[in-house]
Amino acid sequence: MTKYRINKTRFVDQTKTVSFNFDGKKYHGFEGDTLASALLSNGIHLVGRSFKYHRPRGIMSCGSEEPNAICQINADTNLTEPNVRATEIELYEGLRASSQNCWPSLNFDIGGINNLISPFIPAGFYYKTFMWPKSFWKKIYEPLIRLSAGLGKSPSEPDPDIYDHKHEHCDVLVIGGGISGIISAKIAAKNNLKTILIEDKNILGGSTIYQNNKNFIIDNKKSNEWLMNEISELEKLDNLIIKTRTSLAAFHSYNYLLAKENISDHLPLDKKNSDIRQRLWKIRADKVIVAAGAIERPLIFNNNDRPGIILANSVKKYLDFYGVSTGLNNIIFTNNDSAYETAVSLFEKGISVKIIDIRKKSLSNIVKNAEDLGIKIYWNSTVVNTFGYKKIKSIEIMNLSEDGSNVTGNKYKIQCDCLSISGGWTPMVHMHTQSGGKLDFREIDQVFVPSEKSENHINVGSCNGDFELEEIVKNTNNKIKKFLNINASGFDKISVLCSKELEKKNIWLLPNTISEGKTKSFIDFQNDSTAKDIKLALREGFKSIEHVKRYTTTGMATDQGKLSNMHALGIIADTAGVKMGTLGTTTFRPPFTPLTFGAIVGRGVGKFFDVVRKTSIHEWHAQNNAKFENVGQWKRPWYYPINNENLHEAVQRESKAARDSAGILDASTLGKIDIQGSDASEFLNRVYTNAWSKLGIGKCRYGLMLNEDGMVYDDGVTTRLGENHYLMTTTTGGAANVLSKLEDYLQTEWPELDVYLTSVTDHYSTASICGPNSKKILKKLFPNKDFSDEAFPHMSYQDAIIDKIECRIMRISFTGELSYEINIESKYGKSLWENCIKAGEEYKITPYGTETMHLLRAEKGFIIVGQDTDGTMTPIDLQMDWIVSKKKYDFIGKRSLYRSDTIREDRKQLVGLLTDDPNEILEEGAQIVSELDKKPVEMIGHVTSSYFSPNLNKSIALAVVKGGKKMKGQKLFVPMENKNINVTVSDFIFLDKENKRINA
Amino acid sequence: MFIINCPYCGERDQSEFSCGGEAHIVRPKQPTELSDDEWAEYLFMRKNIKGVQFERWNHAHGCRKWFNMARDTSNDKIHAVYKMGEKPPVI
Amino acid sequence: MKNKYSIFSLIKNAFSQHENWKQAWGNPEPKKEYEAVIVGGGGHGLATAYYLAKKHNMKNIAVLEKGWIGGGNTGRNTTIIRSNYLWDASAGLYDHALKIWENLSQELNYNIMFSQRGVMNLAHNLQDVRDLKRRTHANRLNGIDAIWLDTKQVKEFCPIINISQDIRYPVLGGTLQKRAGTARHDAVAWGYARGADAMGVDIIQNCEVKGIKRNGDQVEGLETTKGYIKTKKIGVVAAGHSSVIANMAGLKLPLESKPLQALVSEPVKPIIDTVVMSNAVHAYVSQSDKGELVIGAGTDAYISYTQRGSHDVVEGTLKAILELYPIFSRMKMLRQWGGIVDICPDASPIISKTNIKGLYFNCGWGTGGFKATPGSGDLFAHTIANDEPHKLNAAFNLNRFVSGDLVDEHGAAAVAH
Repeated sequence: MTKYRINKTRFVDQTKTVSFNFDGKKYHGFEGDTLASALLSNGIHLVGRSFKYHRPRGIMSCGSEEPNAICQINADTNLTEPNVRATEIELYEGLRASSQNCWPSLNFDIGGINNLISPFIPAGFYYKTFMWPKSFWKKIYEPLIRLSAGLGKSPSEPDPDIYDHKHEHCDVLVIGGGISGIISAKIAAKNNLKTILIEDKNILGGSTIYQNNKNFIIDNKKSNEWLMNEISELEKLDNLIIKTRTSLAAFHSYNYLLAKENISDHLPLDKKNSDIRQRLWKIRADKVIVAAGAIERPLIFNNNDRPGIILANSVKKYLDFYGVSTGLNNIIFTNNDSAYETAVSLFEKGISVKIIDIRKKSLSNIVKNAEDLGIKIYWNSTVVNTFGYKKIKSIEIMNLSEDGSNVTGNKYKIQCDCLSISGGWTPMVHMHTQSGGKLDFREIDQVFVPSEKSENHINVGSCNGDFELEEIVKNTNNKIKKFLNINASGFDKISVLCSKELEKKNIWLLPNTISEGKTKSFIDFQNDSTAKDIKLALREGFKSIEHVKRYTTTGMATDQGKLSNMHALGIIADTAGVKMGTLGTTTFRPPFTPLTFGAIVGRGVGKFFDVVRKTSIHEWHAQNNAKFENVGQWKRPWYYPINNENLHEAVQRESKAARDSAGILDASTLGKIDIQGSDASEFLNRVYTNAWSKLGIGKCRYGLMLNEDGMVYDDGVTTRLGENHYLMTTTTGGAANVLSKLEDYLQTEWPELDVYLTSVTDHYSTASICGPNSKKILKKLFPNKDFSDEAFPHMSYQDAIIDKIECRIMRISFTGELSYEINIESKYGKSLWENCIKAGEEYKITPYGTETMHLLRAEKGFIIVGQDTDGTMTPIDLQMDWIVSKKKYDFIGKRSLYRSDTIREDRKQLVGLLTDDPNEILEEGAQIVSELDKKPVEMIGHVTSSYFSPNLNKSIALAVVKGGKKMKGQKLFVPMENKNINVTVSDFIFLDKENKRINA
Repeated sequence: MFIINCPYCGERDQSEFSCGGEAHIVRPKQPTELSDDEWAEYLFMRKNIKGVQFERWNHAHGCRKWFNMARDTSNDKIHAVYKMGEKPPVI
Repeated sequence: MKNKYSIFSLIKNAFSQHENWKQAWGNPEPKKEYEAVIVGGGGHGLATAYYLAKKHNMKNIAVLEKGWIGGGNTGRNTTIIRSNYLWDASAGLYDHALKIWENLSQELNYNIMFSQRGVMNLAHNLQDVRDLKRRTHANRLNGIDAIWLDTKQVKEFCPIINISQDIRYPVLGGTLQKRAGTARHDAVAWGYARGADAMGVDIIQNCEVKGIKRNGDQVEGLETTKGYIKTKKIGVVAAGHSSVIANMAGLKLPLESKPLQALVSEPVKPIIDTVVMSNAVHAYVSQSDKGELVIGAGTDAYISYTQRGSHDVVEGTLKAILELYPIFSRMKMLRQWGGIVDICPDASPIISKTNIKGLYFNCGWGTGGFKATPGSGDLFAHTIANDEPHKLNAAFNLNRFVSGDLVDEHGAAAVAH
């Protein structure tokens, strides 16, 4: 045992030694230790440097409120993690921890110079300087500020671990496994309610589990023994899930809660195995019981930040739970009774202890207990200064004046190696406020307690402001019974004896002899904000707590102000002379403790980042060397390079083949909506710009869909399969939106229409064969079918059978070539495709991808919605007046086409562009001007689509140009970074304007 | 995240639904008769209420039905859900 | 008289333990009447008051703030500043603002820490590439310093981005505006407040507007929680609450107010030295001077004034962050919060007169208003003072929703083929 491991406890197994490393040096602790308790057992207090002044800082607490003892874990490995609280990390074999924010070392930190110049860098100093000369900001000042940014280091390698999500529903969720949580969970579970109890520590019991003081008796047992018994009973209940190492992260409305379970963080390095590290529980609870406990407050006095200054109850936990003494010559500085429990514990272990109490007296049992033991108590006194650079060595105390606003008498110096401080308790109301609850200020002990009663959640125990054992136990029992509508519980006849605090006194900022400006009384220990910073902010007109917080950075460190917020508020109230309750609090924002990104994301990384949609023919494409393009969630073949062809070369070959002989495209991704009902034709009339009533059965028609604002929204071919039956196709990316828009109109605007919509995108695969030889290939595939133009004209469809499987053949074309699309049930898609390839072999049928499809349709001047349109184009702008019915009374977007701006004749309109140099290919997105020298430059349009056409042997482009309709033949310019490209406005149909090829 | 009581399916997580904005804005029956101002009123102008608002929701990842909801936008409390075509409740 | 801020004043005050600093702004009670009243004490409102006093000599004015100044979206955003917008009108507006940002610390004698660390916008599919190139060409011709970067150049500028082409939505390139960057959000509100206060503007906090009084079609004054205030000109800059104020005057606006969330990580040593935005996978990230990763999440798709969004949005954003920066997986979220943003159908703001005389609105900034703060204030001040818009904000009028002449910055939002 080390010098400071002075006690054996049931919580730390002193037979199991664990070795670990801190700042390069090897130490030993035991199984059950935290990094903090293990360090303290080795006599190490100094573990870090503060953010601004780089002051030496030690372990100050034993939980998530720890502001100082934060370390880098496993530095320079892929398991590294910055800013880990030594008080929370369980010790494991091989753990490596290092101090942060110091250079070159923890013991000698150059940044400590900031402490010397601190008079010149008060709160918000950076707003007042670094402005002159202006050029220095970017080159000198800001890089300097950045140098001091941050605490730990971000990992630099990907995370080997996995994170998990679990969705859970329960009747009752209990947050916190202390005494009130245990009572609550037991009542709930015993009453047949499915209950979950979560506790962030590795064992249940909170602070009662190590409370063996004779003044705290439940049913004639010491409270710790009583509780241990309760816990073993609890573990037998079968409708109760107990989750330790699980901390509540967020409490959202509608009782939706997130809790993080640590699964491997406490395991030795060799057992972590890149498996599940943390699991995020997403819980919907019918009722939530918050038993989150309270956090001890520090006291605010000059130099209250030295290593060795520790919260009193933490000192007790280190002693009674971990068996570690934080010092051998202890002084307790308190304003309340609870620290006396620490004193008694210390005394009982034979450690020297004295008490300084700001109160004039206290007559409670526990104080009497201390007095009876002969512990020296300095009443009505305060600490005015502390000494010791890297570890506290002594303190100076003085008497308080009558009203506590000043100090009187002589300074009195006392030696010590640990100063335990206690400023009272702050209920953890974070969960309550996160859920939307409000707070009341309780004047007597200056705490915020939950106010409104919610039907769906309740606060019990010290987080509800019940601090004494008797009220905790009895109030919890009564409240839970009422909350869960239960008449009787096993706790109704419980007897509780405890010490009761009668004298209460609190001074937010303890007085001193030296002027405030010369003291350093820390409030936010990590961010180094002091009482004088807060007063400076107030002097400078920052009145709101939020202003003060932001100006001084109080409460914004990684502990999120758990130790500092109340004191900041108190000092503001005292300084401004207002009641604390009227100031309100700052907002408690989730998460309660910092939450790993990985845990939030869960499995949704890498290949699970987003769904991949593949057509049934995908495998064939992959085998045939297709390069894929992401279109929405779909993977579409982009091009099929042969022999190291690049994109351009492959596309030239594919395009030529499609026009010269035959090409084949996987068109399965296009959205397909099955439309049925007696009003189907009328429905199409209303959603498309053109008329549909007269479309014959078996015929296909191209349709354009607008938004209600008149702008082109989607397009596609719709086929009339029967009298009351249509099959609509949409763009690939627009499919889901189109369906939901159509459903919206159908259900909300036109419920009188008898129409039913079904998405069938995934039901059918589509092979689209085009080119002069396509008919011959179709004939081979369907030998019994008459493919003559008379029997099977362009824009019509027929049912057919291939390999005994029914399919539909549409004779439609997006390339301008003779073209057929075969739709077949998806599971036969690949087989159909392979049949097509086989049948087309003799015609050198060439698979082509989206890039070639784009090129081929551009040669014909067909638009692609989303590429040639951008949400600002009307059909008129696209020179598609022909598709806008003049006769129809109404369709979606019609009215918007007649607004003063949409009828302007000089709107941007679709045109063709030809480069003067036919080999020059314009860049898509390039801007267009009519005058090169005009300043400012007047951009009249931009290039939307641009290709080198192998069939025309020149570059072609589609563009939108202001007033373009009337500009045919006009010379324009495309100004690039290093040159201007001369272009001429042309027709946007570049190939086969007469539509001869469609019937070739 | 809310729990929404779909009038067709019952209580479901909010992630199954999408919101369609303010309810009871009827598409004009004769748009061509409207002035540009009147049409803009239908198209774009919204009450954007802070307080109880009647709005349209769609059980997009469920029954795909649209329905109406009375929700207090100042605290996200849902007061009522009701089917399309039904009169808004008095709240 | 205000203190002048400088290194010398800091040193001088150090010797008196900083006891002698003057208030940055006062805490006056409202007067009975003002020449103009600005409703909303965020960055835009305070800047408006500042420029009204400074450039238009209107000193008898007040800014009314329901809570504490800078407490709305000014203090809740991810502080990105850029001007690489597509349309001429937007580029003009945002670059006007950017030019003011470049000298703002000196002008206000308040270091707003404008950090020109560059903003990158990533492309993840071929249509993204087309759209971003289109924008870059337009920017160049509009005199805005945006350039196109290929994937390799993206990696060079921000080495921690995952440019593997095997990820779900690989980085196909991006644009970079080097003059763009970030600023310290609170300081912007405080700097303008201090500047306005020095010229006599009354900044009145904890004063909520309860009604707008009209005489026919002319405004006459405001009912507030601090009493009735008479004025002939009211400029409303209330962000998420614009519609609430508009409804008081019997106006409807083309706005929807939605929750927008953001989050920060725990502070770490500098790891990312620029701002990276990705619309397609929705992840914005930069690193603050304190070392926190500042991450912008998206909006929820429903109206809410609660300043709380749904967890799904945060989860989705962090998914995208880890896709692009797998090294951040073990980093921890320190804080998350929500704001209420008012969104126009065309994703562009309104800086406009209304059909009520003396009532002006500056709203609809959606998710990106912070970057425009100085320009917005300047142009809104011009509009209020002259009862006519400046040519730079003429396009951002209310009538565009009637005529159809929108400034559609959604651009080609739809991905289709």
